[in-house]
Parts: sequence; structure tokens; C-alpha cells
Amino acid sequence: MIKKKISFTLNGELKEFEINPNERLLTLLRRNGYKGTKYGCLEGTCGTCTVIMDGKAVDSCIVFAFQADERVIETIEGVGAGNEPHEIQKALIDEGAVQCGYCTPGMVLSAKAMFDENPTPSEDYIKVQMDGNFCRCTGYEKIWSAMKKLSVSHKLR
Amino acid sequence: MSTTNKQLSNKMSKMKVVNKSVNKIDALALSQGKHLFTGDLTPANALYIKMLWSPHAHARIKSIDISTAGKMAGVKCILYYGNVPRIAHCTAGQGYPEPSPYDTFMFDKKVRFVGDRVAAVAAETSEQAEDALKSIHVEYEILEPVFAYDEALREGAPVIHDEDDAFVPIPIPYEPKKNIVAKVGMNAGDFEKGMRESDYTFDQVFETSYAQHCSMEGYISWAQLDPYGRIIITTSTQVPFHTRRIVARTLGIPVQKIRVIKPRIGGGFGGKQEMMLEDVVAMAAMKTGRPVLWALTRAEVFRSGRTRHPMRIRIRYGLKKNGDISAVGLDVINNTGAYGGHGLTVMSCAGSKTLPLYHVENIHFDAKSIYTNLPVCGAYRGFGATQAYFAMESMIDIMSEKIGMDPLKFRKRNHISSGESHPAFEALGEGKPGAPMTIGSCELDECIDRGAREIGWDGRTPHTAKTGRYRRGIGMSIHMQGSSIPEIDMGAASIKMNEDGSFNLLMGATDLGTGSDTVLAQIAAEELATTVDKFIVYSSDTDMTPFDTGAYASSTTYLSGEAVRKTASKVKEQIIKVGAAMLNKKVEELDVFDAHVVALDGSCKVSYGDIANYALYENNQFQIAAIDSHITHKSPPPFAAHFVEIEVDMETGKIRVLKYVAAVDCGTAINPQLAEGQTEGAVLNGISYALTEEYRFDRTGKMSNASLASYNIYSMRDKPEIKAIIVPSYEETGPFGAKSVSEISINGAMPAIANALYNATGVRIYKAPFTQERVWQALHL
Repeated sequence: MIKKKISFTLNGELKEFEINPNERLLTLLRRNGYKGTKYGCLEGTCGTCTVIMDGKAVDSCIVFAFQADERVIETIEGVGAGNEPHEIQKALIDEGAVQCGYCTPGMVLSAKAMFDENPTPSEDYIKVQMDGNFCRCTGYEKIWSAMKKLSVSHKLR
Repeated sequence: MSTTNKQLSNKMSKMKVVNKSVNKIDALALSQGKHLFTGDLTPANALYIKMLWSPHAHARIKSIDISTAGKMAGVKCILYYGNVPRIAHCTAGQGYPEPSPYDTFMFDKKVRFVGDRVAAVAAETSEQAEDALKSIHVEYEILEPVFAYDEALREGAPVIHDEDDAFVPIPIPYEPKKNIVAKVGMNAGDFEKGMRESDYTFDQVFETSYAQHCSMEGYISWAQLDPYGRIIITTSTQVPFHTRRIVARTLGIPVQKIRVIKPRIGGGFGGKQEMMLEDVVAMAAMKTGRPVLWALTRAEVFRSGRTRHPMRIRIRYGLKKNGDISAVGLDVINNTGAYGGHGLTVMSCAGSKTLPLYHVENIHFDAKSIYTNLPVCGAYRGFGATQAYFAMESMIDIMSEKIGMDPLKFRKRNHISSGESHPAFEALGEGKPGAPMTIGSCELDECIDRGAREIGWDGRTPHTAKTGRYRRGIGMSIHMQGSSIPEIDMGAASIKMNEDGSFNLLMGATDLGTGSDTVLAQIAAEELATTVDKFIVYSSDTDMTPFDTGAYASSTTYLSGEAVRKTASKVKEQIIKVGAAMLNKKVEELDVFDAHVVALDGSCKVSYGDIANYALYENNQFQIAAIDSHITHKSPPPFAAHFVEIEVDMETGKIRVLKYVAAVDCGTAINPQLAEGQTEGAVLNGISYALTEEYRFDRTGKMSNASLASYNIYSMRDKPEIKAIIVPSYEETGPFGAKSVSEISINGAMPAIANALYNATGVRIYKAPFTQERVWQALHL
């Protein structure tokens, strides 16, 4: 198979990768150790593989690896590492919004893309922006309320 | 405040860790995407499995040629019926011997549904494995399939399990030649007489559909040999110990040769209460000596994974004018699909978890599980009760309307309460009789009252008062479930103390995302008068942790939690003994407080760290540690009252859920926030099960909507306002008063929404899910 080299900014660092031409961005990330990006459906529905590409949340399972060339990508490995969680992670943890946690990294990234663009989203806007991330454990209630609280705290800031 | 409530709040106020919403111990690592799941832990040199699935619902394999595929690039091994042991087993993870037929083989010469196993290829890459599948040549003799209840039971119907080596390991009625997997039933009083002597009788059939758990992480397992030739299986399972036993049987090797490790798992809901992929990865690892990974695609999870049993339920009631229920009859036909695991137990629970809810003297219950050539059913949160509550709680509304009584009052008048018993507890077990039980804690009235206030029940108007295109309605339902399987389930734990006053808590109990590792650590911390952060929790590794039957039957908090409490109590005794030697006091003069052994008179104290150091290094050295197990003699039901307000579009049939209230009595909520989370998650799953989730099949028996996009589970935008109300009670037999919470709240949405639909429109619906099309037909045809 013909390999191709691409490079993109991954969590703030410019990186070079050798890719297979038909490879998904999700596969590329996972085989390079970025396994925080989960996979749930491989059909762009469930959102567990969400990454941020040029500021937008995308399903990395339906993005070809070559499409990431020269882009800026953020994965969960770049968000709130170590014992210093990002405020979104902290809100989800404190609200009890992490059950099995399989959807959580994708949730965090969708939320980050949303808050980066609009720090004070309305309740309905949150629902629309987070619509692409499925969760079967929580009924979304606590995820939604974590997002609402963050939005309010940004308003007060 | 009543006396009971005072006692309750006294008990609660003494608790320091229990009944507190401490953060889930794994939440931070999970939110950071750490490598915690089966697929994150796979070795880089693993082979990949791809399965050739049956394209036919019912066929015999006349010949299979793997010679071309076997020579293809990267292919290391192909498994099919010709090169693996043929050992009948049951994939369901249940008590042993299982009350289910041993009707499954690793690979068979016959295929029984679209999605049944034919042959597995293990190759260097998944693409190579996929390619090789196309070169396996199979010649099928196509047999007549059986899809419908009546077809399966008809005289002369095609026999799905005609092999002569399938059997049941315990004496339960199994008649494979008639496609009957199991039968169960009970009678109390005189049903016919009760019907005759009633003022009104009711007779109605309800039907539910195939549905699936849709855990975000699908089925995935990998296996490798350790340097001594043992097989190490890392797998997304709810039942690691059952899986070890079933894999050992299926491969014909000793249990001792197998280690099953359950890492974090991405949801289960009953779907992973099975041995699913583990036999194949283990076999391929044995044959190749390489690590072997198998992960199903989402379409494969739908077609070849486990599902909720569709049921046809005939329900009959006899009612007196004063509101007494004089007779109830429940006749259930349970479609268990192509293989019979959980076939008996799920339908048994359709009776045992529902019939005791109301006072009725004359009871008839008769249930049959049947084979069809459709996907395999199994355990699913609610476990048969969910289907039966649709019928029962719809009928409760129908009956109360008949006598002009508020359905809320009708329920309060007739439901079971503390101190009462029911013959079904004793009659209906899981493959053997159940256990007689008197209800301990029951705050169902409080659940009903608080839920009613929250939804605004008093402002509810009848459907006759409603007009216009969009009509609102309010409905309710009440339910019970159980907490563990009495006399069958067992949980065990061990605790050892380290020199800094921390503890290793090892338990068989399986956290499938529910937070049980946290909840059980809270129980240990409470008993040992320390904090959750002092526990290094490790669960579900068959080499390292004691046994546990697994995460199912709403058992972990109640059963495994009590095992943990007992173990912690033993450790506490040892700690106090060492403390007594160090402080030169008598054991009776001491207690534990804030991670210290303290003198009751306040004169002296010594820290856990110093105690552990003393025990490990200083004098009469020994390891402070204990192990204990627990079984239960009853299965105390949690209770719930659910209320829903909906809006119906009369022109399109679309139902919009506006608000949902679930009030639950789960005993002491060990972690109230997690208990709410269990409730909210179950509620939303229940709502989409009621409204959208449904397997659709094409003419060949193949599921035609096998994707998350077309199967229709709910997203955040679909979510109504969900209000979970945890109503406290104290169950004397549970750890710190706890009962279960995980399953019960999936039972409510289907009947509550059906009742709300009637309240909005005056139209009843008897077949679920209530899709737009089905509701439109009910409204207009």
C-alpha cells in the first residue's frame, strides 16, 4: 500500500505521521497511542471519537487521516492532563456526569469546542451543540446541568 | 416526622461516608481518556478476528472450504466447526448449573439466525481478516425459518434445535422439538373463581418489540497466553467469573488455565451478562500463540449481540366495584430468539417482579419461552419486568377508569406494603423455587405523593376536556424490582491494610460504569471509619479478586456491598485488637473513629498508620486482612412511582415528552448522586424504548436498521426534563440500609407514556414502541 506523510498540529505540537491513504483519523490517532479517542460506531453517529479540528468538534471516524494534513487537532490527551483537570472535566466529575466514561472524552471535546466559541451558551444551544454525543448511562441530565453551570459561571466571571 | 422517619434520620446522621455524593473514584481518569478500556489495552502485535456471519436465518452448512482463505496474506488461523471442540454450552452468565439449555456450540454445522457464527479468521490486520472472509466458500442447505410466535408453536413447525446433544443441565421443562425453551408458571387462590366473582373482567393482549442496550462500547475481547501457557482474557464483561467457567467448558480446558480480567467497561445494561467473544479469542490465541483481538462493529453488535426479549402478554383482571382486584392472569409468550440463554429467567421475572406489587388473592401465571430464527435475546436492565409492567400498569389505569377512581388513588389503595408477603416470591425463582419474603422497607406512598406533586397531578384533566391539534396528557405508573437473586447469587471481597493506613479492597463485584467500585469503597470506608481515598480498589480479576456472580439482577450494592461491609468489619476487629495492644487497653474500651483507634473515654488514641506499622514491623507481626462472602435470603424490592407529561400531535401522531418524574425508594442511597444517575439513565432508556427503539427485520429475518443512526436512541436534544427523586427508607438486611436502584427505573416510561397518551387523546395503545406511525394509526384508523 502506498504510504503518505502528513503533518498537523496535535495538542499544540507540530507532528508528522505516515498514513495509509484510506485510513480514518481515528485509526491514525489510536495506533499512535492517542487512545483517549474512543470508538463506538465508526459511522459518525455516536460521538465517542470526537476531536477538535480547526476549532470545530468532528467525529474522527468519518474524517480521513489525510484530511488532517496541515490542520490543528486537539484530542483529549491535550485537555486537562495530570491532576489538573480542565474546568469542563471538573464540572462533569463534580456533577456526577461520568458513569461508564466511554463517551466522556468525546463529550469533553464537544463541550470545549462549544465553550471556546461561545463561553455562555443558552440551555437550548447546549442541547444542539452536544447533540452529536451519545451517552447511554446518564440520560444526559447531569451532563447538561454541568454545562449549564459552566455557562452561568462564565457569565458571572 | 413519623417515628420511622426519625429513626431513619438518626441512622443517616451518624453516617460519614455513606449517603454522601462522593466523586466517582475513576471519574477523573475516565474524563481524561486514560487507557482504561479493553481496546485501549490491546498489545500492538495482536491478531485481529473477523467473523463470517450467517446470511441465512435457518440453514445447514453442507460444505465449507477454507483452503483459499487459509493461504491468504496475513491469515494465521481460521476457526470453524471442523477444527474446534463441539461442546454444548450456554452463553448466559447465570448461577451454575444454569437454568437455561446448553444449546450453543463454538461453531456449528447449522446456523439459526442471520448473524449466527460460521467461521472466524484471525489475521495480522483486520483488513486481511475481512478479505479472507470473502474467500471462504460455504454451501448452505436453506431451511424454512420461523419468525413469529404462532409459527414457532404450530404443529409441525420447523425445529430450530434439532441437534441431539443440546440439553438442560437442571430439570426444567425443555422441549426443543416443539421450539419450547422453557415453561414457568404459578397459581394461587382460584383464578377462575376470582374472575367469576368480580364485577368487571378485563382481557387484553400487549406486545413489545426487540430492543438493544446500545452500550457506547460494543462487544470487545482479547486474549493472550502468559509465559506458562495460561490464557489471559481481557474483556468487556459483566460476569468475569461466569465467563471463565463457560470458556473453560467450551474449550474443554480447566478453569485453572484461564484468567479473566475486566478493565473499565463502556456500559453493559445486561448485554454483557454473557460469554460473547471470549471463547473465540481464547481458542485463536491457543492455536496461534499470539495475542488475539476481536471487536464487533456496531452493525454486528446489533445483529449478533444480545437483545431484549419481545413478549406477547395476555393479561386478564377481575375487578370489584369497590376497587378490590379479585383476580389477575398473566399469560406470557417470550421470544428468546435462536438460543435459549436467559429464556426461562427473564419470563419468570415478568411474573415475579410484577405480580406482588398489588394485592390480589387469585393469581394465574403461565409463561412459555420459544425459539425463533431471530437474534438472540438475553438479559437487559429490567429483565422481563419491563415488558410485563407495560401490560400491568396500562391495565391498572383502564380498571381505575372503569370504576371512576383516580388511578393514583387506585394504586395507593391496592399496592403491597411493609410487612406483607406474596406467594410469587416463593413460587417463582430462577430455575428453582424462589425464596419466601416479607416486604421490609417500602416508601411507595411517599414516592407516589412526591412524584404527583412534582408533575402537578392535581391539575390533571380528563381527555374529554382536551381539544386542538396538540394535546397534553399526564400519566403515571408504579413498580418494584428486586435486589439480587436470593440463595443463588454470592459476592465476596477481601481487604488488606498497608502501613500508611490505606487499604487494598479487592472484590469480585463488577463495575460496569455504574460506580460500584466507588459505592463499595464508601461502604468499606464507613465501616472502617476512614475515607474513600484510603482505598485502592481493584475489582473483577479472576486471578486476584474473590468470586462474585457478577453485575446483574440489581445485586451489586445490596449483595456485594454487604460482603464488603462484613469483610471491613472483620478487618476493624483486627485493627482494634492491635490498637488495644498498643494502647494497653481492653478491646471493649475502644472503637474506631476518623482513621484512629480511640478509647471510648477519650483518654488516648492511635492512628491507622501506626497500627499497620506495628502489625507489619514491630511485634507479633501479621497482615491485617480479611475475606468474607455474602449470600442473601431475600431480594428486597426497591419501589418507584413515575409520572410523565407529554404532548401529542393529533395530525402526525408524534409524542413529545415534556417532563418526567421518577421517585424511587432504593433504601439508603449509598451515593445519592450516583443513585440519581442510575435513575435518570434508566428513565431515558425507558422513554426511547417506549417511543422509538425497535428492531426492524426484512423478509429474510435480517435486521434492517442495524446502525445507531437508524435504530434511534435518544440524544441530548431529545431529552425531556428528568427529575429523579430519591425517597429514603432503610432496608434492615442491606448494607447501611441499602437496596438496589439500577434496573427499576427502566420499567416506568412505557406504561406511564401509554397512560399519558390516553389522558391526552382517549386512545389506548397496546403495541410498543409508540412510534409516530403506530400512534397515528391508533388515533385515526
